[in-house]
Amino acid sequence: MQLQYKSQAVAKPYFIAAIALFVGQILFGLILGLQYVVGDFLFPAIPFNIARMVHTNLLIVWLLFGFMGAAYYLVPEETETELHSPLLAHLLFWIFLAAGALTVVGYLMVPYASLAQMTGNDMLETMGREFLEQPLPTKLGIVVVALAFLYNIGMTILKGRKTAISIILLTGLVGLAVLFLFAFYNPSNLVKDKYYWWWVVHLWVEGVWELILGAILGFVLLKITGVDREVIEKWLYVIITLTLVTGIIGTGHHYYWIGAPGYWQWWGSIFSALEPIPFFAMTVFCFNMVNRRRRQHPNKAATLWALGTGVMAFLGAGVWGFLHTLAPVNYYTHGTQITAAHGHMAFYGAYVMVVLTIISYAMPILRGREVNPERSQVLEMWSFWLMTVSMVFITLFLTAAGILQVWLQRIIPNPQSFMAVQDQLAMFYWLRWLAGVVFMIGLVVYLYSFFAKDKPQTAEASEAQPAAT
Amino acid sequence: MSAFLTKSMARNIFYGGTLFSVLLFLALTFHTTWQLPKRVPTETPSPEVARGKHLWETRNCIGCHTLLGEGAYFAPELGNVYKRRGPEFIKVWIKAQPTKVPGRRQMPQFNFSEQQLDDLVAFLKWTSEINTEKWPPNIEG
Repeated sequence: MQLQYKSQAVAKPYFIAAIALFVGQILFGLILGLQYVVGDFLFPAIPFNIARMVHTNLLIVWLLFGFMGAAYYLVPEETETELHSPLLAHLLFWIFLAAGALTVVGYLMVPYASLAQMTGNDMLETMGREFLEQPLPTKLGIVVVALAFLYNIGMTILKGRKTAISIILLTGLVGLAVLFLFAFYNPSNLVKDKYYWWWVVHLWVEGVWELILGAILGFVLLKITGVDREVIEKWLYVIITLTLVTGIIGTGHHYYWIGAPGYWQWWGSIFSALEPIPFFAMTVFCFNMVNRRRRQHPNKAATLWALGTGVMAFLGAGVWGFLHTLAPVNYYTHGTQITAAHGHMAFYGAYVMVVLTIISYAMPILRGREVNPERSQVLEMWSFWLMTVSMVFITLFLTAAGILQVWLQRIIPNPQSFMAVQDQLAMFYWLRWLAGVVFMIGLVVYLYSFFAKDKPQTAEASEAQPAAT
Repeated sequence: MSAFLTKSMARNIFYGGTLFSVLLFLALTFHTTWQLPKRVPTETPSPEVARGKHLWETRNCIGCHTLLGEGAYFAPELGNVYKRRGPEFIKVWIKAQPTKVPGRRQMPQFNFSEQQLDDLVAFLKWTSEINTEKWPPNIEG
């Protein structure tokens, strides 16, 4: 099978880089998980804070690679025209990859304080804040790449057909770039710093990224179900309306205890309690579209990823978010393993899975076939279940650890110190680490599925079917 | 989905709803900014506090600790550490790292000067005096 538009091919290196960095992210996740129980593991070569920075920054960078790859793949098809400049897309790929790789090497090879000094942090202090640890040149590089990328995508949409899917995607991407500019605002007043830091972090993942998520999911569902575009796009508008109406004021759930006025407990609680609704709408949307499908698409793996995104995004972002979003609950759970539990399942369920959905759908076509061979798809579906179920367990173990932590450190009459409590959580951390190892096995199966071929002349019917859970 | 709602209606609701939310959020932000001076010890932190924040950031403390509940959950909350431990303990503790107790979580040695330690303490003191609506629930953080 041929690509409808030649320039869609630029998506391929983006997807490959995304998967490669994903592997790196998980390896560092395993290091971190072990450091939780073997405190001096790899110390002082790779202290916890460095490993964590690599873990979270790789996640962000590989998801951005995935989003950009998705945009380069779906925008030509949606707009029915070739990409404005495939050359620019190739160039940006190498710039972004080099910037990402240099940053990680910098984290690992140079003490963070020296890195800050070498890269001009004294001119404009932006480093050392969670998720925004990147040196100034990297941050500027992200801005340049984002602007050039938006120019490329924007020009393509401008000259072609304007579908709701491509407009929603573009809106999300513009929001992503604009909100990132708040990464450059770092006043010495800590409360102001934190207040606007959330304009990047919260308004990304609980705001504009959901538009990107919706657009990618809508595109894949359109392709694999054959359902009317009108129906899919109407759903998308409803979902993203709910997203932004709940999510923007929902930022208030981060303003309870950082020095902002007390009324944020009301605004934040009420609006963020509604944030699961758009995710639930997304779940209903996915299943509805697949049930009403007009054709049986042979890419079963992509369908599974799309449905999985609908379910896991709702569980991770919606349900696990709701668990601790109300101010009276959050008063006790704020900054504990409960947050870590939510963070893991939300990022996996919403953003990791949607990128793997578009890769699952597009990668076979980028490799010159409509779908992968049967055996490859079966392996991919195994990897889906291994990674998804192990992520559910990671979340459950961290939630258990979090509940115990809250109880021992914040509720009982003679509260215990942080480290005394951590020692008592060791069993849950070990279990979490084991679940992480299973996740890694799932990822290896996933990688292998790209190279698996059907055995000649053997019936595949007897292949094990992944069990439903 | 209901036939009453057309795609263009859905789109208009999206634009209207988003605009309304953005304006409401900006209004609340404006009010918060106006209230802020009453909620922090000093609106413009002193040079010591600013230098302390710079040290806090360039040593990536947030990569292990939480500060007002935000950060990593590997090491203790430091938003109220000034009240929990006091200035002298904080300085001695930082100077004594790493403990090198086998199997125990380790904090790096940063080789701070006395001036730098004082700056860091000034930053932690300033932070401990923010009006956090009585969070954390107790002194343990």
